[in-house]
Amino acid sequence: MRRIVILGGGTGGTLGANRLRKALDPDDYEIVVVDRDDRHVYQPGLLFVPFGLTTIDDIVRPRSEQLHRGIAFRSSGIDHVDLETETVHLGDGTTLGYDVLVVATGAALVPEETEGLTGPGWMERVFTFYTPEGAAALRTALDHFDGGRLVVNIVDLPIKCPVAPLEFTFLADWFFRERGRRDQVELTYVTPLDGAFTTPVAARTLAGLLGEKDVELVTEFNTGAVDGEGGRLHSYDGRDLPFDLAVVIPLHGGQPWVGRSLGLGDDLNFVPTDLHTLQSKARPNVFALGDATDVPASKAGSVAHFEGEVLAGNVQRYLAGQELDGSFDGHANCFIETGFGKALLCDFNYDTEPLPGHYPDRVGLPLLKESRLNHLGKLLFPFVYWHGLLPGRDLPGVHAPMPTRGKVVEETV
Amino acid sequence: MPTATYAGRDVVVTEDGFFADPEQWTEEMAPELARAEGIDALTEDHWRVVKFMRREYEEKGAGPTVRVLGKTSGVPIKQLYLLFPKGPAKVAAKIAGIPKPHGCI
Repeated sequence: MRRIVILGGGTGGTLGANRLRKALDPDDYEIVVVDRDDRHVYQPGLLFVPFGLTTIDDIVRPRSEQLHRGIAFRSSGIDHVDLETETVHLGDGTTLGYDVLVVATGAALVPEETEGLTGPGWMERVFTFYTPEGAAALRTALDHFDGGRLVVNIVDLPIKCPVAPLEFTFLADWFFRERGRRDQVELTYVTPLDGAFTTPVAARTLAGLLGEKDVELVTEFNTGAVDGEGGRLHSYDGRDLPFDLAVVIPLHGGQPWVGRSLGLGDDLNFVPTDLHTLQSKARPNVFALGDATDVPASKAGSVAHFEGEVLAGNVQRYLAGQELDGSFDGHANCFIETGFGKALLCDFNYDTEPLPGHYPDRVGLPLLKESRLNHLGKLLFPFVYWHGLLPGRDLPGVHAPMPTRGKVVEETV
Repeated sequence: MPTATYAGRDVVVTEDGFFADPEQWTEEMAPELARAEGIDALTEDHWRVVKFMRREYEEKGAGPTVRVLGKTSGVPIKQLYLLFPKGPAKVAAKIAGIPKPHGCI
């Protein structure tokens, strides 16, 4: 009997475990998933909580129930992994040996790395919607916010779902307009990037939308400190930005246990991973997927989903002593909620930035363009997530390699 | 791609002025590159960062971000901004003759 240990029971770990369970004979392979708790959060739902469009209860389900029969679930923290002895040292003091290890413990928020962020005013005047507690607290704060300047600030990249802060801003515009208070609220989007987004075509579209919605865009702002009491963001280059309410996306890193595991992680505790095979650079029998890796793809559920297909195949190839498949292309796609029942859709990979056109083919959902259809897609997605994506089913028309047929490549000007 | 002349030698640079081929860089070019970025004299602290960037690039194939620079170079981020007010990672990469640090998506 050989054992595959999957650390993390989130999007990547769950769908990876389910795909492997289907592919591998239970008489020969044991699969164990480890997570510190049994609460699987549908993370895209966190965006909607502050606006009262969903609740935490609606977006959390037991992790163990998302795993197929024949997968063992261990609820425990992780102290560290010893790569030499191929052993996971769990938080409860027990150990777990492995033949193959899959790291899927995602990214961790490190708000304490930014001076003042978790000091006075944290969760009173300074919030984040990236945690269930933060999103719930922000709901109350938005309900009571009757005027002043609301800033949405990304401290630095990488962050999970890089479009979520923009979506939050669009929804805040909608929320205050619906309540007749928009003229008392000044919305400001503050980013360390030199535009609204990392890639030029999408940045142009999204900056246009911010403008239409009367949102001020502040770029190249590297937040050095947050003064919750005085209501000010300070940048490293000496700029000061006053606020009445701040929604801050804190710095992200890999999980602390990665840092405690000699030779596994990089300076930020992400796991250096081959871009195309998802094998870790630390050891051939260690693989990684999702937000835990250092691959230059978005930290997003869709990426973990597309990676899952390649990862499950490569773990099998590794076990069979075959050459790995290097086909993962960095594919990501995401609905960008823009408020008023509309959304945009983005589809891209390592080499191709988000472009206009249609997905998945010449006929399909419009790309980089506001539409009601995309909003409906976003609303239906939780169902697809729990019933299609996590169980490791292949979704019709949605495949790991990025499609190019429906995309319109602009002439360079 | 455009070319520029530093320390009397022609080098190939990208549209935004980063070295296309880091092999073409020599230490003698750094003061001139720094002046173009508004840094009149490279102090010992500047050099410490520039050399660190260069080493990181040689080991890992990419220059570090400001955050990683602050964690690993021994120079805190606040001081990095005093040394390179226009953005430590970008400016130090340019002076060190390595490619522009990648923005993550």
